[in-house]
Amino acid sequence: MMSISATANSEERSISGAHVLIPGELDLSHGVALYLDAINVSFDGFKAINNLSLTIDAGELRCIIGPNGAGKTTMMDVITGKTRPDSGTAFFGQTFDLTRMREAQIAHAGIGRKFQKPTVFEQHSVFDNLELALKADKSIWGSLFSRRNHEQTERIEELMELIRLQDFCHRPAGLLAHGQKQWLEIGMLLAQEPKLLLLDEPVAGMTDEETERTAELFISLAGKHSLVVVEHDMEFVNSIARKVTVLHEGSVLAEGSMSEVQNDARVIEVYLGR
Amino acid sequence: MDMLKKLYGPTGWAAILVALVVMLVMVPVMALLVPKTSAFHLSAYTVTLFGKYLCYGIVALAMGLAWGYGGILSLGHGLFFSLGGYMFGMYLMRMIGGLGQYGSNLPDFMVFLDWKTYPWWWWGTDHLAYVLLMVVLVPGVLAFVFGWFAFRSRIKGVYFSIITQALTYAAMLLFFRNETGFGGNNGFTDFKFIAGFPVAAASTRAGLFAITGLVLIVALLACRFIVLSKFGRVLTAIRDAETRVMFCGYNPLPYKLAVWVFSAVLCGIAGALYVPQVGIINPSEMSPANSIEIAIWAAVGGRGTLLGPIIGAGIVNAAKSWFTMSFPEYWLYLLGLIFVLVTLFLPQGVMGLLNRWKRT
Repeated sequence: MMSISATANSEERSISGAHVLIPGELDLSHGVALYLDAINVSFDGFKAINNLSLTIDAGELRCIIGPNGAGKTTMMDVITGKTRPDSGTAFFGQTFDLTRMREAQIAHAGIGRKFQKPTVFEQHSVFDNLELALKADKSIWGSLFSRRNHEQTERIEELMELIRLQDFCHRPAGLLAHGQKQWLEIGMLLAQEPKLLLLDEPVAGMTDEETERTAELFISLAGKHSLVVVEHDMEFVNSIARKVTVLHEGSVLAEGSMSEVQNDARVIEVYLGR
Repeated sequence: MDMLKKLYGPTGWAAILVALVVMLVMVPVMALLVPKTSAFHLSAYTVTLFGKYLCYGIVALAMGLAWGYGGILSLGHGLFFSLGGYMFGMYLMRMIGGLGQYGSNLPDFMVFLDWKTYPWWWWGTDHLAYVLLMVVLVPGVLAFVFGWFAFRSRIKGVYFSIITQALTYAAMLLFFRNETGFGGNNGFTDFKFIAGFPVAAASTRAGLFAITGLVLIVALLACRFIVLSKFGRVLTAIRDAETRVMFCGYNPLPYKLAVWVFSAVLCGIAGALYVPQVGIINPSEMSPANSIEIAIWAAVGGRGTLLGPIIGAGIVNAAKSWFTMSFPEYWLYLLGLIFVLVTLFLPQGVMGLLNRWKRT
């Protein structure tokens, strides 16, 4: 009886055009992947984030620039649950209230993060790094008793090819070059199959060729994923950016295309002009 | 993990198990069947000594799993060992029956305190099955509660170690008090029977040795299963980069808690096997120095391996047995020196040394 009435109810709702929100499931139907509103974070009186509001559309590739201390990394900490904001709203899609979730839950919901300093499991092989990141049952029982299946192995091999580390499959990640570690971390992010990727200085320490390939990869990812890239390398930003947000002293100073932002008088004053 | 596989593949593991099983059979045979006049006869004292080392081996294995793989350095593992020992000691005290000094049904120390009945926490301790359950549950539940609060508050590294040290010290002070009903500073001793067998008989000693060896083998296989599973790789990943693990979608809390509780339970079982063989348990087993020694076994043997800590426990305790007979007052200095030397020159312990030899 219960199930019949529930079905009838949901049908009724969809007929009337009301949108059904299902908690625990990502809902990007309004076209917004990330919604930050009036976020404030302060550390011992220092306002790291000051009334920050920002919206990232589903499938968008957004670059965020700003001088040191502008609050870029703190903003990522808020989004990924590492730091709780003092006030403000942070939503992932329509359903996930990020201010109420723990790091692992947020990662599970579909937000992947690459750190400023490449963080991989140095003692583990490239293969193991990717396997650990792979979307799977991540409970202790799942880890104890499940065995890797064929599709998962294939997926890992695919990823190794994408990040061009297939020849280093068994090498401990700690022995990789800096640029390769960056790539491995990006690969681990993709293994999680996230909907939103936060990338903190992804091309730091990469050669020009690697940087170029990273740009291509990010452009190809946009559309299916939403990407937020924090970067200091202006040439790189210029090569991938459609829309750029400039952060300054914890809030948005300007937003627009690269050329708009570059010609903004306030931006020139605080950042580019120096 | 790769190193582990290289060090001992399936053949290596088979060889280790065969060696352990041979020892398990040979020691009782040499103690019971070989005539006393033969050079191959083992005295009850020697069997007990070996059994004691095996108990330490289980503790070292538990330490190696939590510290070497989980990065959780406990300086309070002696507490879990002692709790297992005390739980089993309560059973052994009940089995003395009316054979104590005062001829009472109560243990001598209770008669001495003028107690008329057993306090409530001694309930059920005359049943072996109940006691065996408690040997697992008491250390396990304590580790769970303590670990849950500590890991949830993200206490780690040296802070965690110091709190575990304080925990075992506090417990020691508690057990020293007569009114807590654990025999005060004398603890439990003068055991007579275990499951109907006389504790001191050579056959009982040999049996206890064999059981201890079996438990060690099962524990080793269980740890191997854990370490080689994906759980083990997540665990070492938590040790090396906990934040990354969280952002990969794992909650580190249940992982750390599981390995911590498992490690504590192994210690409790080892303690329960230790007490009937050594014949005494008292609060000094909970002294901070004892727990530190356990960490030294693991460091000497080699962290990040499973066999290393067991070997380390053997080496350090063999040195201890000999040294405390010859130069008893200098043992702690030597122990400290061993630790400093190993840390400086053998960060991978004896296993690292073997590995280096194997490569050259």
